[in-house]
Amino acid sequence: MILEVLLHVLAAVLMITVVMTMAGYSVLAERKVSSWIQGRVGPNRTALPILSSIPIVGPLIVGLGLFQPLADGLKFLFKEEVMPGHVNKFYYVLAPIITLIPAMTTMVVLPFGQMIDPESGQRIPLILANIDIGILFIFAVGSLGVYGVVIGGWASNNKYSFLGSVRSSAQMISYELAMGISVIPVLLLANPPGMEGGLSLVNVITSQDSLWNFVLMPISALLFLICLFAETNRTPFDMAESETDLVGGFHTEYGSFKFGLFFVSEYTHIIVGSGVFVALFFGGSNFLPWLPNPWPSGIIGGVFSVLWFIAKVVCMIFLFIWVRWTLPRFRYDQVMNLGWKILLPISIANLVFYIIAFAVYEKLIN
Amino acid sequence: MAGKTRAIERTPLSLSEKTYLPQIVNGLKTTFSNILKPNVTLQYPEERPVISESYRGVPTLVRDPNGREKCVSCQLCEFVCPPKAIRITPGEISDSEEDRVHVEKGPKEFEINMLRCIYCGFCQEVCPEEAIWLQEDYSVSGYSREEFLNNKDRLYELGGTMPDNHYKWDKKKEAELNGHEGHH
Repeated sequence: MILEVLLHVLAAVLMITVVMTMAGYSVLAERKVSSWIQGRVGPNRTALPILSSIPIVGPLIVGLGLFQPLADGLKFLFKEEVMPGHVNKFYYVLAPIITLIPAMTTMVVLPFGQMIDPESGQRIPLILANIDIGILFIFAVGSLGVYGVVIGGWASNNKYSFLGSVRSSAQMISYELAMGISVIPVLLLANPPGMEGGLSLVNVITSQDSLWNFVLMPISALLFLICLFAETNRTPFDMAESETDLVGGFHTEYGSFKFGLFFVSEYTHIIVGSGVFVALFFGGSNFLPWLPNPWPSGIIGGVFSVLWFIAKVVCMIFLFIWVRWTLPRFRYDQVMNLGWKILLPISIANLVFYIIAFAVYEKLIN
Repeated sequence: MAGKTRAIERTPLSLSEKTYLPQIVNGLKTTFSNILKPNVTLQYPEERPVISESYRGVPTLVRDPNGREKCVSCQLCEFVCPPKAIRITPGEISDSEEDRVHVEKGPKEFEINMLRCIYCGFCQEVCPEEAIWLQEDYSVSGYSREEFLNNKDRLYELGGTMPDNHYKWDKKKEAELNGHEGHH
């Protein structure tokens, strides 16, 4: 019993470490990809004394800027912790914490791999907590992140921060609707009649063993992706921090480590969001559509499936960055129009279409 | 068509244009092709830009290929300098140069204040002896005001030797050897 608990804690710590490292390196990827897109080089100077003097590998690592996240993190850690005089101190400190916790919590129900038990031949999903409400938990906890933005903007006592937080909360609420409705077809498919169902993402991945949902429901995938961009406050929907009209948006008044928390949670959101998207529409840790998984049974196969899942997530992160440095920002009214007048009706129509299609399909089969 | 203006008819957006999606895909293609292109960054302190020959950098004094100081201390540059960055103290040429001593003059001291200099190049333009040149050195830095005051030694060190098209002094000597009186 105690051993089991310890193993769970170990797995949780490991996952947090992986996600935080990925968040740090996403920041680097953001800088590198943006500079490549703009014909620049990006960070290529940071060097550690011994590691960077290894022949061939050292200069390569330095050129790719792989030590940069370390330097950035240390900078945030050692900067003076400034508390502006005009803020509401309690909520000002609370906001970055509230933003980070939901972003980190949602990954509990994210299945990041699968393992075939060598004795029984059964498939064990690798997940921290395989709870029945799965996707609902992600939506419920993930949308708590908006409180961090709202409280941060309000506690800053700054009109730019306040405007940024009001905008972003309005935006997140409007896109959550379309997002939730767009995944219902996926859940319908994952829970066919006559089977014990659940909203867990494990079911969704099992249902994608041969055919990925992305092929079967491209509209749902597209809607979910657009809403994901809006949920994570990324360009072209980065209303919360539109630098050009709101200085820095909701985190204008934040500096040093508190700003670092906002920053990390933004990238954690992206990573977990990408993971959810991959699990819902791109087969999670399954190998390729129409192909059986080549992972061997036992722990090695589990590691392979996890690496494959991470590779998919990294591709998604690249897409996020790529889109950010391609598209200009929408105007605020355009964002609202798109959310309420276009995405919501389309997602409802999409849902109705798939409900009818599944019903007709069931009738035809029986 | 008469005139240069041309009216472009704006057609209403088609359905595919209204979804933005084809445009977004096109934009993504453009940015991705940029990733594959070579970078334009110059790794500055290690790599230096190519400087054209007509570049106006730091003003310097030059010698001709025979090692002769070209400046004759006429002070035209001092006069023309708009920010009054040049200060010349005229003097005699040292006795070691037997030919030229008491014939030409030379600067005893030549100072250019780089905090005043505006790199306009008037001094180079006005110099009748082609003795002052704005060369390719563009990066001037120092810790004190005194470091920005380039004296004569520093100016010759920066300038070095320039190729000469005239060899004025050689011509003079040749004329003297051929029996003509020099303009003493």
